[in-house]
Amino acid sequence: MSNTSRFVASAVVVLALASVLAFVASHRKAGPTGAAQEAAAPAASVAAPAPRPAVAVVPAGSGLDAIRRGAELDKEIAPPPMARVENTDIRRNRAYPMQPPTIPHSIDNYQIDRNSNRCMLCHARANADKFQAPPVSVTHYMDRDDQFLATISPRRYFCNQCHVVQTDAQPLVANGFKDIDTVLSEPNKAN
Amino acid sequence: MWAWMKRCLLVFWHTLRRPSVHYSLGFLTLGGFLAGVLFWGAFNTALEATNTERFCTSCHEMRDNVFQELKTTIHYSNRSGVRATCPDCHVPHNWTDKIARKMQASKEVWGKIFGTIDTREKFLDERLVLAEHEWARLKANDSLECRNCHNYASMDLTRQSPRSASIHKRWLGTGEKTCIDCHKGIAHHLPDMKGIPQG
Repeated sequence: MSNTSRFVASAVVVLALASVLAFVASHRKAGPTGAAQEAAAPAASVAAPAPRPAVAVVPAGSGLDAIRRGAELDKEIAPPPMARVENTDIRRNRAYPMQPPTIPHSIDNYQIDRNSNRCMLCHARANADKFQAPPVSVTHYMDRDDQFLATISPRRYFCNQCHVVQTDAQPLVANGFKDIDTVLSEPNKAN
Repeated sequence: MWAWMKRCLLVFWHTLRRPSVHYSLGFLTLGGFLAGVLFWGAFNTALEATNTERFCTSCHEMRDNVFQELKTTIHYSNRSGVRATCPDCHVPHNWTDKIARKMQASKEVWGKIFGTIDTREKFLDERLVLAEHEWARLKANDSLECRNCHNYASMDLTRQSPRSASIHKRWLGTGEKTCIDCHKGIAHHLPDMKGIPQG
């Protein structure tokens, strides 16, 4: 065996060794990363939320607590499925003239704190045209002395204090509220 | 001192430009090739090792501040379990841009060594500056890191809510705005946004 061929043979061996090393290194690197993320909530199908009549789950006079959904006190019941926020973007009617309008879309993870107000990204007067969103009414720019401010009044800053999303959750207690038009259209019982 | 350095450099230069006396051409070429393979492998391994969430969150500055905020967002936890890690959004994916970003990130090593944001208070004070760097970067590359996953051509607008569908069509579809214009603070909390245009 000549000197040159011995050298070439050793070079091939070193090359093979290097490729094995590289393979092992990449294999070890790729190995344990995938297993970390397995927790995923089961995806439920999204049904179009329909307005539900306010019917109590618990019949009146049964003596059971509506919050416990009719279960006996000593019984443990399964929690109801999480309610889904209605995200139809269709504005709802107000039940009475001064009612703060409900939010017709989801507001998951909206940041509303002293640093930023995500709602005002679209609902501010200056941005309403870009997003075709209803701008907040002029009363939201008034302070308590009825002076108009340039930006939203601090007392109206936290939108969620009055405006809320609606979910498809079943009402736990019946609601007999009638709006003023319904009351006026009823035949007068006193006469 | 200068003369000594010059002498050393000259010796080095003479060695470099002389043909090899002891080693064969085959050894030098094959050895150079092997050394190159090893160097390149090691370089890329180190590069990828610094491109993981585990590496980013090994510093308390990232782990205790921005990583905790990420955990509550849809980019960390969602119905299908697909998620973004730090480098997915903060490091470009193709090689040239990645190396450029990595060189920029040497500034962050400086910040780590000298404790620029090593307390919560320092971090909050610096937060707007840091966030503006990222907004400027994403604005300049047309939100490339968002678009690595969120491709407008593959967005089924009929599966979005009517509100987001029309806004996406109007602003993103026409190319008038880019993702980061409206979606600032999508994965971390926003700093004080007074005077900063959004949307």
